[in-house]
Amino acid sequence: MPSAVVQLPDRQLAALRDAYRRAARAKRLQLFAGGAVALLLIVLSAIQAEVDPKTFLAKIGGFTSYFDRMATLDSGARVWTDPAAWFWSFKRSARLIGETILMAYVGTLTGAIGAFALNFVASPNITGRAWIVFAARRLLEFCRTVPDIVFALIFVVAFGLGPLPGVLALALHSAGALGKQFFETTENIDMMPVEGLRAVGASYAQVIRYAALPQVIASFATFALLRFEINVRGATVLGFVGAGGIGQDLMEAIRKFYYSDVSAILVMIIAVVMTIDISTQYLRRALLSEGRST
Amino acid sequence: MNETGAAAIDIASVKARHEALFAPNWRARTAVVGVVAAMIALYVAAFVYFDVPWARVIPGLRQLVWFVVAMFPPDPGGHLVTYLNALGETLAIALLGTLLGAVLALPLGVLAARNVIPSAFLRLPIKRFFDSVRGVDTLIWALIWINVVGLGPFAGVLAIATSDFGALGKLFAEIIESADVKEQEGVRAAGGRRLAEVRFGLLPQVLPVIAGQILYFIESNTRSATIIGVVGAGGIGLHLSEQIRVLEWKQVSFLILLILISVAAIDFISGKLRAAMAGRGSSPA
Repeated sequence: MPSAVVQLPDRQLAALRDAYRRAARAKRLQLFAGGAVALLLIVLSAIQAEVDPKTFLAKIGGFTSYFDRMATLDSGARVWTDPAAWFWSFKRSARLIGETILMAYVGTLTGAIGAFALNFVASPNITGRAWIVFAARRLLEFCRTVPDIVFALIFVVAFGLGPLPGVLALALHSAGALGKQFFETTENIDMMPVEGLRAVGASYAQVIRYAALPQVIASFATFALLRFEINVRGATVLGFVGAGGIGQDLMEAIRKFYYSDVSAILVMIIAVVMTIDISTQYLRRALLSEGRST
Repeated sequence: MNETGAAAIDIASVKARHEALFAPNWRARTAVVGVVAAMIALYVAAFVYFDVPWARVIPGLRQLVWFVVAMFPPDPGGHLVTYLNALGETLAIALLGTLLGAVLALPLGVLAARNVIPSAFLRLPIKRFFDSVRGVDTLIWALIWINVVGLGPFAGVLAIATSDFGALGKLFAEIIESADVKEQEGVRAAGGRRLAEVRFGLLPQVLPVIAGQILYFIESNTRSATIIGVVGAGGIGLHLSEQIRVLEWKQVSFLILLILISVAAIDFISGKLRAAMAGRGSSPA
């Protein structure tokens, strides 16, 4: 069967081709204009950020050799040939990483409690008054946009060095980030139970407990677990500003060029972060499937 | 009065008839109480472990209130041009870092996709590699890059690029994996070669999603880039941490305000762009 495809007469075909060409040309022009704008932005940014390809090319060897040096002990042997020397400060680092995880835990839980308290206030379908909703949302937005490390810098001045300012910083930032996810969930709940309870005269607290909570609690737990994962990562650097955890030791090792110590701490951090990622992923899946079945 | 009484009797009789349904579920309750108790115990234990200087908490809070009072009104203190310049640096770091990370992540992300490389032998090491890069915070990468290219915004660009490389690589792989194969089959059925399959079957599906994700990362990296200066890698963070250390609270609040406004502006622009792109991607044109 030589021509199963219908061939249109040339006259009709020409019109279609023209239309296609015009459409393609318009799209290409749009793409070209977008590309030009992007290129302009990139060049301006490169000037502003003092990007210097020459320094980069001259020093890129430093980056690769950095990893080489990180894999070498002071004695010149490769790190994996002598784990005892590589992880000579294992006990101290493990204690500090434990502290880091605990900081993330306490910060996440405190933040989640704060977010939980505020999220119903920030949901217009539960709380009627527009100005309260507005105020609660701006407060959460502020907590969310200021990075945790900036809070940590300020808290270190107020409370002194140690894990306390770090925990407070994580809690405040988490409250903002979780609060947004929480009220977006609460906003979209099924309103039938809420209306039902209101109709039989339930109080504000009862509406939340029996109508809203059962619908949102599983997603809240999932968001909190995800935030815990993020906070473990974030807590590893809070020590850079003196707010506790492994960060202080890591920064010293990097600044003082103790290469094998840097790699030892990084390996431990990566191992812990991956373990926590995998276990929270497992927990989240379990939570979600349970939330669906009930 | 009469009606509520009737309802109460009704509930009592219903309860009596379906005792099993109304009985408290002790197993579920112990599980919940147990988990909550364990969480509280860990919470308390953490505070004991932290060795919190409780004597400093009340004076610290008082000081904090004083800081907040001292922050008003926000005032650049005659450094407006310097701060705006640093803000520009921050935005430049976010843009360049994200784009560089994306360019580096794309080829490896393609290789980590299940429908491109079916062999788990090759795919899994790449995914684990992405995960390890992602597990290291941007600030740590910044410190390492400072050792290599020196202090300044360029180290910040490279730090953002490195940590984005891990996150975006994983994401790109997932996007490519979730592409619909039917469109490629269609191109093949019409006689297209492998290259045409990728160009007309795969790219139109994948590109808008990838572009949207890159925009989203530029947005979130604007936040990261504001703090990368804390360790000396350029941008507004350097000034912010310095002003906090010398307790110039009016300038601190000005800088925070500047960050809030610029982050909101970038959010707004990127949100509009992403919406426009999503609209064009889903339309049949």
